[in-house]
Amino acid sequence: MNTVVLGRACRAEWTKLRTETGFRWLLVGLVAVTVAVGAASCDGARSVGDPARLALSGVTAGQAVAVVLAVLSVSGEYGSGLIQLTLSAVPARTTVLAAKAAVLSATVAVTGGVAVLGSLLLGHLLLAGGPALTDGSSLRAALGSVLYLVLVTLLALGVGFAVRDGGVASGTVLALLYLFPLLTHVVTDPWLQRQLARVGPMPAGLAVQATTGLDRLPIGPWTGLGVLALWTGAALLLGGAVLRRRGA
Amino acid sequence: MRTTREVRKMRPTGSMRTLHAEWTKFRTVRGWVLGCVGAALATVLFVLIGTVSSNQHPGGAAALPVGPGGEAVDDSYSFVHRTLTGDGSLTVQVTALTGVLSDPNGGPGRTSPGVTPWAKAGIIVTPSLTPGSSYVAVTATGAHGVRMQDDYVHDRAADLTGVPSPATPQWLRLVRAGRNVTGYDSTDGTHWTEIGTASVPGGAVQAGLFVTSPAAVQTDGGGGSSPATATGTFGRPALTGAWQGGWAYAQVGQDAGASGSYVPGTTGGYRANGDGAGVGFSITGAGDIAPVVGGPAGGPAFTVETFLVGTFVGLIVLGVLAAQFAAAEYRRGLLGLTLAATPKRGRVLGAKAVLVAAVAFVVGAGAAAVTLPLGEARAHAVHFAVLTVPAAEQLRAVLGTGLLLAAAAVLALSLGVLLRRSATAITALVAVTVLPYLLALGGMLPTGPAQWLLRLTPAAGFAVQQALPRYEQVLSVYTPANGYFPLPPWGGFAVLAGWALAALAAAAFVLRRRDA
Repeated sequence: MNTVVLGRACRAEWTKLRTETGFRWLLVGLVAVTVAVGAASCDGARSVGDPARLALSGVTAGQAVAVVLAVLSVSGEYGSGLIQLTLSAVPARTTVLAAKAAVLSATVAVTGGVAVLGSLLLGHLLLAGGPALTDGSSLRAALGSVLYLVLVTLLALGVGFAVRDGGVASGTVLALLYLFPLLTHVVTDPWLQRQLARVGPMPAGLAVQATTGLDRLPIGPWTGLGVLALWTGAALLLGGAVLRRRGA
Repeated sequence: MRTTREVRKMRPTGSMRTLHAEWTKFRTVRGWVLGCVGAALATVLFVLIGTVSSNQHPGGAAALPVGPGGEAVDDSYSFVHRTLTGDGSLTVQVTALTGVLSDPNGGPGRTSPGVTPWAKAGIIVTPSLTPGSSYVAVTATGAHGVRMQDDYVHDRAADLTGVPSPATPQWLRLVRAGRNVTGYDSTDGTHWTEIGTASVPGGAVQAGLFVTSPAAVQTDGGGGSSPATATGTFGRPALTGAWQGGWAYAQVGQDAGASGSYVPGTTGGYRANGDGAGVGFSITGAGDIAPVVGGPAGGPAFTVETFLVGTFVGLIVLGVLAAQFAAAEYRRGLLGLTLAATPKRGRVLGAKAVLVAAVAFVVGAGAAAVTLPLGEARAHAVHFAVLTVPAAEQLRAVLGTGLLLAAAAVLALSLGVLLRRSATAITALVAVTVLPYLLALGGMLPTGPAQWLLRLTPAAGFAVQQALPRYEQVLSVYTPANGYFPLPPWGGFAVLAGWALAALAAAAFVLRRRDA
């Protein structure tokens, strides 16, 4: 992959992304939703199990905005036919995918970073015995949450390329994220419940936010994020394969 | 294919024609039809995954008794009884209600004296000792004074408050006349106050003294429950009328039932106390005579709500369909043609809304109608208790699921028109329905914000599936984390319907203002 071509492709992708309708609102929305839900969780919480996790619980809501951002960057192009121009300019499909992935990752990393820091700060102020900001495990939770958001974005990008239609893509990704925790509500078997928490992209990935009771978690913090990364990798491979095989 | 003449013959006018055009658009897209079938199947699949394994705790009740009204009940108490064949009365003095509580903060075996608020020591009339039988009772309680209760769900306060003690005894009386049983209480055994009247079936009944105690519920913090045993001390029962045989003892319900348990080291039983006035009784018991509710007061059981969690899959799939149904026209340029054929834009939107609502209702109600009996059969097959609800509530949950999906589909359609992009519309739909539900009922949010979320957002509509009952006479933690919605079923649905109609109105407004 030529780095010069990749650089140009990234620039093009950035231009397309930032001129997307409602781009700024989506970024503002990501931060606002994440911080608001986190603050609501902390405010009035009586029994604080894991302060960092509580303060960062807004990520469960903020990720939906990241999904929209990623899906729109693909479905918008297919919807308007812009994808044909994109692929004429950069015929190497992998380069297009890589450029989109890089630009989206950077955007969500920065925005998500703001959201995560804001959530932790508010949690620190609202919670008595709130998360210590410089503590090693809190840093892991913060960094892990940003990485979680990036991985979810890339997951949505892969699915977006695989199915192309925006509604179907975001429906699929959100179902994949939210249905595992809902399913654990119904499942009565403790073994199956634990397995679902290990396999589901959202429950496994969010294990990275844990700062207390690590030995009782169904899956370790970094291992859990690794499970999400596997889902993301699979989605990107699938999206890349579809992009290569099918005509625009 | 229909011939031109057939089409002309059946061609309706106005709104019906628009509706027919939309129906043709819908059914000719194979993905949409498959999506509807998939939505229904996925809803059913959830319940199969949920009931995949069998109950590992042999102690967990395999079946809860069902009361006269069709609801799941607890019916476990210690009973000293005699047979009453016709009319008659039973009068007794309760001189003490004490008990033992397991100390939830102490180690195993640590106990402290005390009674739970709804511990009961009183008199009862019931046609049979089978759990779930009809009954009328007047009882002293741990913290709610004298109550008259019948058939599990009815509870009346009497004028006497406080706990009975040797210094302040409470006199209780039940008088049976035909089918009617009237309850009285008194502080001295001479001046009686009528509490109320209820009915029991005719014929021979068992009547006598009973004691029971639900588990102690920790209402603060996470909420949990710990065993509690109560002991009631009674004077000599005074009888008038057609009584038969002598006093016998029975533990009704095999153990303390789903909502109570004996403190380790205590067992149910009775003792005849000889005193100057004759024979009185001390009775020890645990359990409850009350409807089963959710939360720490309930045991592990499947509920209608848990069977229907698959509704979320249906909601997302139908949401995608509805949003695409709106957005696809923008994308493919079909909207220009549609609006040229039917220049009245409101009518097009109305037809689309009616169509998606009808399709979603059929899918939702159909899936729920299959899921409920299937889930119940599966739960019984794997030895899990099912929290039975009356048939009317099951019907409400089935129709409610259909209406819930219909309203959600209209919301998705309107969001599709308003936001033009189906990706944004779907995410908005999920963010206002699935996400609040997950945050509130998943226990992520504290009770206050969780309840507000379920009052204000469209997720309030899921209350229509609520079958978990709440009763004043059963202490539990009625919060979203335990599956309790703050709004009543149809109230919650009204919130969702309000959102859907508001979004539809906004969509109609922008459709009129905007270019195609």
